Amino acid sequence: MLYSKILNLLFIALALFLTGCSSWEPWVAPYEREILADPIMSFTRQPSIDSHYSHVYDVREGSHGAGTSVGGGCGCN
Amino acid sequence: MNYVNKIKIIRPILQQVSIPALILLLTFAHFVAEAAVLAEDRVDVMTHSYSGGGVTAQGPALLVRKGNDKSYSAFASYYVDNVTSASIDVQAQASQYSEKRDDISLGVDYLYNNTITTASFNNSEESDYSSDSVNIDMSQEFFGGMSTFNIGYSASNDIVKRVDNDFNQELNRYRYRLGLSQILTKNWIISLNFESIAEKGYLSNAYRSARVLGAYVPELSPSTRTSEAYSIRSLTYFDWRGSLRFDYRFYTDTWGLQSDTYEIGISKYLGEKNILELSYRMYSQNKANFYSDNFTAEMVYMTRDKELSTFSDTTLKAKYTYHMFENDSGFFSKGNFTVSIGLIQFDYDDFTHYRTGEKYSYTATVAQILLSLWY
Repeated sequence: MLYSKILNLLFIALALFLTGCSSWEPWVAPYEREILADPIMSFTRQPSIDSHYSHVYDVREGSHGAGTSVGGGCGCN
Repeated sequence: MNYVNKIKIIRPILQQVSIPALILLLTFAHFVAEAAVLAEDRVDVMTHSYSGGGVTAQGPALLVRKGNDKSYSAFASYYVDNVTSASIDVQAQASQYSEKRDDISLGVDYLYNNTITTASFNNSEESDYSSDSVNIDMSQEFFGGMSTFNIGYSASNDIVKRVDNDFNQELNRYRYRLGLSQILTKNWIISLNFESIAEKGYLSNAYRSARVLGAYVPELSPSTRTSEAYSIRSLTYFDWRGSLRFDYRFYTDTWGLQSDTYEIGISKYLGEKNILELSYRMYSQNKANFYSDNFTAEMVYMTRDKELSTFSDTTLKAKYTYHMFENDSGFFSKGNFTVSIGLIQFDYDDFTHYRTGEKYSYTATVAQILLSLWY
């Protein structure tokens, strides 16, 4: 429980920090994000292909979650 | 510190911080310097196939997304699996069969006050399994778009049946997820994700058998399962017009199963219109508490499901994308054509071939051909 209390305090500290820092600026300005907008810098460039691979692994491995797939279905017999 | 101790520490933290994190998400929405952006209108037409271990599954898939650029973007997808199976499980106890699985999803992204809320519904139907799920996700950018926080929930109801009798059992599944994407530098972004899944109901396979001293008996799995998965993803751009991706996921559940997944991928522009992507994925897991290839005594819970055995698999994948066109005058503004092929090698440590008694292994091929059009 100590860890969760520490993290909650960090959230409160972060909130106080934000309310006092209206002039806060991001360290990567919007005009510097051209590279980040490039298609090869996307985790989900082709959702249809990602979804197919997620299904292939979901039905053949014992693990699932924290990936790209939601929804159900089996197709696993 | 071992995995179990790590989980004991991390689990209560995540349970405790999710509500404060949500309050933070809603309270400080005004710190968004840039408005959140809805996904572009697009249509994906794909054909996919899987072949390996005596199973083939192939069919078409369609994804359509359309919005008004300001407040909403609706999407629909349709996915078909035409399955023919003579897998090792089927060979051991039955004969080859064919079936079809239809999967439909409908959803909408709604943009309000720089928060994107996504609500969607999914239905999957096959002759002996049906599933309905509802999903809701919220996504919020912070700190001038440097950070994006996601929170989501899904609930699904599955019906497990048999094609040869009136067997009918229910399974309910609840998924809770949290995510954070963070821009670190102007060419480096990372993503942290957590998902917990709670399942209750019929979690066995209606056809599969366990083996006790060589004799086949019906398998039985516990009726509840809770899992937790943690992942980190990193994507970095390099001056040679390429990017390097690294993913890691740790998984653990109440059935005693733990796994590690590593993936490394490289994407590279070849000229102005071609992108080549190569990736390598490694997965390994230990067996569930109630798995055995051949039990020496009868237990309450028993399975010989090879997906719950100790095994590893590796995937080598290549993907090539050709940028067909881009214009401002036609109905379609942009078009891409993609071909992808992957080889997966499965190696089982404690699952043996029913006839030879040797450790089982096989290679599978996964392929997709995708046409993407933006409008």
